[in-house]
Amino acid sequence: MRLSKAWIIASKDLSIFRKKKSIFYTMIIFPLFVSIGLPLLIYFIAGRSAGTPDIVSGLPLIINAFAFFFLIGAATLPTTIASYTIVGEKQEQSLEPLLATPITDREILLGKSIGALLPPLLAIWIGGVIFMGMIDAITSGLLGYLYFPNAVMAVIMLLLVPLAAVTSVEVSVIVSAKVNDVRTAQQLGSMIVIPFAMIYVLGEINVFPLTVPYLIILAVILLVVDRVLFSLAVSTFRRDEILTKWK
Amino acid sequence: MIDAIHLTKKFGDVTAVDGLTFHVAEGEVFGFLGPNGAGKTTTIRMLCCLIARTSGEAWIAGYDTGNDADSLKIRKIIGFMPENTGLYGELSAYRNLDFYARLYDRTEQQRKESIERLLRLLGLWEKKDQPVGTFSKGMKQKVAIARALVHDPEILFLDEPTANLDPEAAKTVRDFILELKKEKKTIFLNTHNLDEAQKLCDRIGILKTHLLRIGTPKELKEALLGSKTVIQLEEVNDRIVAAVKHHTPGKVEVVDHRLVIDVTNAESENPGLVEAVFTAGGRIQFVQGLNPSLEDVYLKTVREETP
Repeated sequence: MRLSKAWIIASKDLSIFRKKKSIFYTMIIFPLFVSIGLPLLIYFIAGRSAGTPDIVSGLPLIINAFAFFFLIGAATLPTTIASYTIVGEKQEQSLEPLLATPITDREILLGKSIGALLPPLLAIWIGGVIFMGMIDAITSGLLGYLYFPNAVMAVIMLLLVPLAAVTSVEVSVIVSAKVNDVRTAQQLGSMIVIPFAMIYVLGEINVFPLTVPYLIILAVILLVVDRVLFSLAVSTFRRDEILTKWK
Repeated sequence: MIDAIHLTKKFGDVTAVDGLTFHVAEGEVFGFLGPNGAGKTTTIRMLCCLIARTSGEAWIAGYDTGNDADSLKIRKIIGFMPENTGLYGELSAYRNLDFYARLYDRTEQQRKESIERLLRLLGLWEKKDQPVGTFSKGMKQKVAIARALVHDPEILFLDEPTANLDPEAAKTVRDFILELKKEKKTIFLNTHNLDEAQKLCDRIGILKTHLLRIGTPKELKEALLGSKTVIQLEEVNDRIVAAVKHHTPGKVEVVDHRLVIDVTNAESENPGLVEAVFTAGGRIQFVQGLNPSLEDVYLKTVREETP
């Protein structure tokens, strides 16, 4: 598999996304809300607490829970792009000439995955940096130390976010083979948020605490899931299937 | 250059293409004629390594289309234009072509030269930076042809290149294909436009799941319908008809003041026929060769095949 070929596909897709305002707005609204909206909520809570010990001691729990939102974003945002990049090509019937070029199915799939992963990852990582900066600015006085960076956020941002984004892209590839409409693909693909929301709830009720060891277990599970989904996506994304069976 | 031997494709129980055997020589323009659903697109897809065959063999420039390693080599030397242009509407004509040229490992200089040459030839250079989505159908079709040629392929596969185009745009595309023919490109063309096939193709295959006929347009016409000579007379009488029948073994019909005579070789038979009529006292107004059109050949072939 030649990365250079995959990158040609990815860079073409990125050029198209730059011209699609809807994709641009989708990419910035969620990270903007999480990275600015949630710290402002903490600012409000912190202002109301006026040093109340219970609230101050509970702040790390709230912040960690909010940090988990980036993981949910990583699971949902790529569906927007991945669905467009595959169903969009299907609608424009541009896959056939692409498949006639000297590029393998895996290189096309990898290129499409890179193109679908980079914008949401970039948006989430930039959002994460803003989030950490704002949280530190708001809470350092109350906590007496800088809460970020920490190990939980590092595991979320550097391990779980990319893995969840890959899950999202692979689910989108599989869904895209079965549908003809970008919105349907996005809606079906975004169902991927359900297991992540469940993990969030389990974290809130302390069944699956959002601590480093548990998050690493989650990363291992995601790695296995991604591997299985990748095999499924590769078997779905074969030229014979695309041209004759994709509806 | 292109060889198919008993090439067959089945989708489940449905046979889309059945046992095709043909050869296309280097520099030849070969056309596949056939009704919708005849298997033209399926054949071109098999030859371009887009779908796998069910049985038989197909070779492009000595490479086996059924072998994974060979299929990459085949895709390097072919250019393919599908029925639908499949361009990226948000990108400019230049960017569309540049993207494809990069997939063929063309250097930046090669890409620049090739794209400029093609867009100038097709009259689109001034619009090179406009998004393709704003182009007319004809312009998109031209960009799609340029895309198939951007890496200077040895063999070109064109699937219905003028379908859905207005007459002017279709003519531009046909003229461009004629230019490519002059450059001795090997071209495999799917069409159901008989006029187009006649103008462009050195040889034609008539397809309806299996190959019904193959040959040059002239061969197809002669083999299937032969040719006729029409002699218009001032007056036709039995003596003239008898003289003509005595002279030729072909069928002779009288239609008004005309004799319609089946001939196998008009050039050698016509002088004798004229002499026979003249000797029998016929006063000839004109003599005309009547050749069947490709449409006649096509319709007769396809109808014979329809149960």
